[in-house]
Amino acid sequence: MPEAETAAAAWGVLPAALLVTGVALGLGWLVAAVDRVVLSGGGGAAVLEPVRSSVRLLTEQRRTTLAPDRLLWRSGIAAVPVLAVLSMAVVPIGGRTLWSSSADLVWFNAMEALLWAAVWLVGWGPNAIHALTGGYRFLAQGLAYELPLMFSLITVGVGAGSLRTADILSAQAGLWFVVSMPVAFVVFLASAAAFAFWGPFGAPTGADIAGGVTSELSGVDRLLVEAGRVIFLGATAAMAVALFLGGGSGPWLPGPVWQLLKTVAVVVALVWAGRRLPVLRPDRVVEVAWTVLIPVTLVQALVVAVLLLSGFYAV
Amino acid sequence: MLTDLSGWTIAAVVVLGVLSVAGGIAVFVVDSMARATFALLASFLAVAGVLLAFDLVYLAVVTALMMTIEMAIMAVFMIMFMMNPAGLMPMTMVHNARGSALTGAVAFVVLVVGIWTVDWPIGRTERPEDSTRQLGEAIMGSHMLVMLMIGIGLFATILAGTVLATARGRYDRFGADLAAKRPDDPIPGGLPR
Repeated sequence: MPEAETAAAAWGVLPAALLVTGVALGLGWLVAAVDRVVLSGGGGAAVLEPVRSSVRLLTEQRRTTLAPDRLLWRSGIAAVPVLAVLSMAVVPIGGRTLWSSSADLVWFNAMEALLWAAVWLVGWGPNAIHALTGGYRFLAQGLAYELPLMFSLITVGVGAGSLRTADILSAQAGLWFVVSMPVAFVVFLASAAAFAFWGPFGAPTGADIAGGVTSELSGVDRLLVEAGRVIFLGATAAMAVALFLGGGSGPWLPGPVWQLLKTVAVVVALVWAGRRLPVLRPDRVVEVAWTVLIPVTLVQALVVAVLLLSGFYAV
Repeated sequence: MLTDLSGWTIAAVVVLGVLSVAGGIAVFVVDSMARATFALLASFLAVAGVLLAFDLVYLAVVTALMMTIEMAIMAVFMIMFMMNPAGLMPMTMVHNARGSALTGAVAFVVLVVGIWTVDWPIGRTERPEDSTRQLGEAIMGSHMLVMLMIGIGLFATILAGTVLATARGRYDRFGADLAAKRPDDPIPGGLPR
């Protein structure tokens, strides 16, 4: 199998890493801006609102709690945006990923799994009941979304015959994966909302527990965690475009433009749908996930495996 | 054996190896369950980094992934069921200090003597093109029986552990004659039944 050239090899490690970080911040801003527009229906002011509130959080004084576990708290807070940016390493930008290995999909999954630990730490650190409750809600929610998400990623890997993002892109030259894997596509996007604890899966930051994991965050801490959430949402939208919607393939326009258009479309759809659904309780989500979603995603993987054996995919 | 590794690889392995041992020691030094759990996770992540340095990417990321989920679930169970969920009481991971020190010392000596005296086979093949594919073919091919046995064994252990831990059985849920249509659960769950 020929090695697809990575962005790091093409442009140098440092410029490529800076580019990926810049794109990650841009995706995060995109998600936050679309979120503001969907919520308030506003125009220009709403688009600039994420920048304005980021600057405000940067200048805000940090407050603390009585006897926090400062080491674990700060580690968790820093890990959220770092993991979000690291997950971007295997998301193709202009057809190239920053880093490529034979296990790209598992890398993406691992970054999101490490988020489990990070978010629980953000809840644990401040030594406060609402934050801790939010942290435990996130763990319970993780029990629900993790396995369906893994099966939907495995389905993509089966269809492409590879875990490498570049191979998955080239495997969709004929037909986008969303056609034969609609269930995996929907589960992947729902899981994105779940691991960014956003929208209908926002119970860890619920209003009933005064903001949950984010309740004791202030200043730069809050900025880091909120940035990590929106970057994760944006990165997953970009990844969904690469895994299910053919990446940069499309007529007339160049590949990167198509990729950007598709990513914006997925972000808008995700935010628009997510903001119209009520918050779901993690204990209910777990039962639905285990008794409905896991069997459905397994059947989806089976269908794709049979299609693969019958020569449906040009691998 | 060491000659086909670059200097950077050897340096990374040494540093990450020391970090993983330090994380392992920290588990028994810190006085909070959360810190012990995450010291152990840091140790596992350092091991994942060692695998990454050896270019075994799949094994590295899957180690990070599984160990993180394992530690997160362990945090749920250990902190919720073994002590107060806020973990306000100081704790220690050290029990039976003299016996465990003796066991540890003996295990260390046995392993070190074994590592340096056993005539280990020299790597006979060149490195595979794609270690992930080779691993997959081994698991799904020649080693499938072993993996299936391990999988079923682990699954049975999980079920047995849950059955032993839960106080409620089917008679609590469906009544003494198991005649109830709907189970009587304290937490109703998400499905209409």
